[in-house]
Amino acid sequence: MMKLARTDRSAWTELMFTVDKGILLCVFLLMAAGLLVGLVASPAVAERLHLEPLHFFIRQFTFMLVAIPLILGIALLDATAIRRLGFVIFAVAFVGLLILPFVGMDIKGATRWISLGSFSLQPSEFLKPGFIVVLAAIFASVTEQNRKQISLIAAAITGLVVMMLVRQPDFGQTSLIAASFVIMLLLSGAPRRWIITLMTIGAGLSVAAYITVDHVRTRVETWLHPGSGDTYQIDLSLDAIARGGVTGQGLGEGRIKHVLPDAHTDFIFAATAEEFGLFACLALMTLFSTIIWRGLARSLETIDPFTQLATAGLVSLFGLQAIVNIGVNMKVLPTKGMTLPLVSYGGSSLLALAITSGMILALTRKRAASRAVSHAGLVRGGG
Amino acid sequence: MNEVRRRSAVHVPQGFGAPHRPGQSGPTFLDSRQYHALATRRQRLMVLGGLFGLAWLVLVFQLFNLAVFNGDRASGASTRIVSVDKTLRRDIVDRNAQLLATSLKTVTLYADARDIADADEAARGLMSVFPEFDYADLKKKLESERAWVVLRHDLTPRQHASVHALGFPGFRFEERPRRIYPKGSLASHVVGFVGSENKGLIGLERTLNDALASDSADGPVELSLDLRVQYIMRDELIRSMLEFKAKAATGLVLDVTTGEILALVSLPDFDPNDIGAASNNQLFNRATMGVYEMGSTFKAFNTAMALDGGKIDIDDQFDASAPYKVANRTIHDFHPENRWLSVAEVFMVSSNIGSARIAHQVGAERQSEFLERLGLFDRAEVEIPEIGRPLLPVKWGPTETATVSYGHGISVSPLSIAVAMASLVNGGYKVEPTILRQRDYDPGTRTRVVREETSRQMRRLMRQVVTQGTASQADVPGYSVGGKTGTADKPSAGGYDRRALITSFAGIFPSDKPRYLVLALLDEPKGTPKTHNYRTAGWNAAPTVGAVVRRVAPALGVRPTAEVSPFAETAQLASTQR
Repeated sequence: MMKLARTDRSAWTELMFTVDKGILLCVFLLMAAGLLVGLVASPAVAERLHLEPLHFFIRQFTFMLVAIPLILGIALLDATAIRRLGFVIFAVAFVGLLILPFVGMDIKGATRWISLGSFSLQPSEFLKPGFIVVLAAIFASVTEQNRKQISLIAAAITGLVVMMLVRQPDFGQTSLIAASFVIMLLLSGAPRRWIITLMTIGAGLSVAAYITVDHVRTRVETWLHPGSGDTYQIDLSLDAIARGGVTGQGLGEGRIKHVLPDAHTDFIFAATAEEFGLFACLALMTLFSTIIWRGLARSLETIDPFTQLATAGLVSLFGLQAIVNIGVNMKVLPTKGMTLPLVSYGGSSLLALAITSGMILALTRKRAASRAVSHAGLVRGGG
Repeated sequence: MNEVRRRSAVHVPQGFGAPHRPGQSGPTFLDSRQYHALATRRQRLMVLGGLFGLAWLVLVFQLFNLAVFNGDRASGASTRIVSVDKTLRRDIVDRNAQLLATSLKTVTLYADARDIADADEAARGLMSVFPEFDYADLKKKLESERAWVVLRHDLTPRQHASVHALGFPGFRFEERPRRIYPKGSLASHVVGFVGSENKGLIGLERTLNDALASDSADGPVELSLDLRVQYIMRDELIRSMLEFKAKAATGLVLDVTTGEILALVSLPDFDPNDIGAASNNQLFNRATMGVYEMGSTFKAFNTAMALDGGKIDIDDQFDASAPYKVANRTIHDFHPENRWLSVAEVFMVSSNIGSARIAHQVGAERQSEFLERLGLFDRAEVEIPEIGRPLLPVKWGPTETATVSYGHGISVSPLSIAVAMASLVNGGYKVEPTILRQRDYDPGTRTRVVREETSRQMRRLMRQVVTQGTASQADVPGYSVGGKTGTADKPSAGGYDRRALITSFAGIFPSDKPRYLVLALLDEPKGTPKTHNYRTAGWNAAPTVGAVVRRVAPALGVRPTAEVSPFAETAQLASTQR
């Protein structure tokens, strides 16, 4: 182990002294878990698709080689830089979403991807962390006088993003974005009745989507009344978790990966449960909840509004995505296409979550908090 | 910056209210406005943390629920997950070995384009087998370097051999089983269908999924259905549906002794070979899943209940001379006789007043006990998953006792009615319905539901309904049809819709020693000039059953009695000569 000294001002020592090691450890453990489960689950899926057995594993490994420096690099930034980075990512991803209908590829009935040679990018994945940072920056400047205007601007941006996502259509990401907006609004100190009104509108829109959009309705009905539709995926997922039981079926003994095409992406939690059992699932869930818990605790300690809002927002985004994914795997929620953060196979998803984690790490650094005070202009702008 | 300073920044109250000096580089001080904003954010952060905590609790709870307390699913699941889609499912045949469902091995041709050395040559070669392919398109596909390019589904054996003989390494074949239903929609609700993963989704294909997916070498699964009877039932129901402009119809033929179902039709139905085109309305199985208020058909149960108790005689008189007031409602008769009626007459003229008075004399307790014994309180289980639960009265007061006696306020499936009715007429034994052929039916295991004498009386009464009562149009000379009609107003929001009817007829033949029960039910039949605009069951459901009996009886080997046989005279002559 490298010897670290306070006098050493290199980036690495700076990072090691200031970073929240708990969160960092959880992030790496989740990625390692993803690689491990991917190694067990993905060859079967690859075989069904007539690809090389290690096709997905090798690709995921390659993505990780990019993701790790990305996480550490972003973690070194200070709040101002994170804010800039967030705006840039948001702008680029937004443009990506805009041009998607013209350059995108259709996968399973939705246009979500831009092809870059052998690798395809999903702009909506990258949009999410950028979106949170932008909202945090906007809401950070809220005062009692400008609350309405500020909130309207944030709502307008959210509306734009939602429109783009609904067009694809991608209702999973849409609900995630909408939920993030409500959380940010809540944290910014908006009156309670606003939140209640918004949730009512949200419920109304969900009902509207249920009525007008076929695949949303099918999914909800399948969830509420098993037997009314094709519950195949979710049945398999529940079966796999049940088969796994407490101790798991054992390494390589999983079945779901042979029959479910998404066993290495959206249903990787079920695949984990089947082979490794209850305790592995609890361990995964502990890693996620530790990130959420520590992130929120750090956010609580901060006084700079931007850092506080951005941290809480990014952590919520991360946590919500994990909860929705696991919830779908266990049939607590209707089926949505959503990956398990850092664990599921997928380049866009992994890189976008590397950015998210890097930002969380940057904003929760010990010094970042106090630096943010001066940079974000709490002192200068206050009073 | 150090720990101490950070802390001081965190514990805001230290700096709270302190005057703010621009450019100050010491601890951060917040004014009261900022302090309030921060306090609000913190409070809300804690709320957020709480919500996350709750969400995780739910997930952990569900995880334990699934992984620890769900052994059934785990054992059943292994077969579900393991049964790979490559198995050739077993055939399904009717009782005469007529094919209803079979599996074919189909071959899909695909290319691993990475193994195609010369796309031009490969494309030309392939076009010698499939001249209809487009050369440019094919060449593009073969040059794509993709590992899995589907070129053609369902190859014939000759095409398969020809492509094989071409000898290009990049062409691959995949064998996939395909489920075929040669009889199309004929028995769609019974057989069901399999989904794209070759797993049964509804009907027998679903219930018997594991048995069917085992191995086609085990031989076919034999149904109790007789496709000739099934065809006739469906044909007559379609005819009636069109003639009376009904919205839907259902019917079944049941062997009253063995419980075997010979025909089960629900209209509209669907083609299991093209399930994508089927609407929910078509998929809905009205015979087993649908529950209906059956109206007067229920009087058969009421009458049997009275006779079976031993305290009421078939000739006992009940006052039907005036409408009968029960609690807050008044019961009327559709065709009022305005006199006292015997139990037999109450049944024959279908008197609501008489039925209600009989039920009141018997009492609510014995009434519900009797109906439960007939199986009308439970789902009529048969080997398909689409079984409807009966809708029973919430409380069982005098009003309910009265309405249930003539078939209102209680909804059951047509199959339930048929099964209960069969027990009344087959000598009084419980009928266990089945759609699987019973090769070794053992009559010794039957449990008694009503007395033999009651059963005999019911048969005679049901025959009289046809000879003298509402169902004269169900009569088929020589086959001694008996039965009971039912005409019910359709329940609608807050009451009944007098314009919309459910009509039904449950018929038995031959009524002196019944072998089969035929039930037909029409949803919202309309009047026609031929029926003098009547819409009641006697004008539509009863003749439907009559037509079915006329056509199926000879096929089922039921011999007509002397009264109509063309040889009747000769036969009589012969007997008198002897």
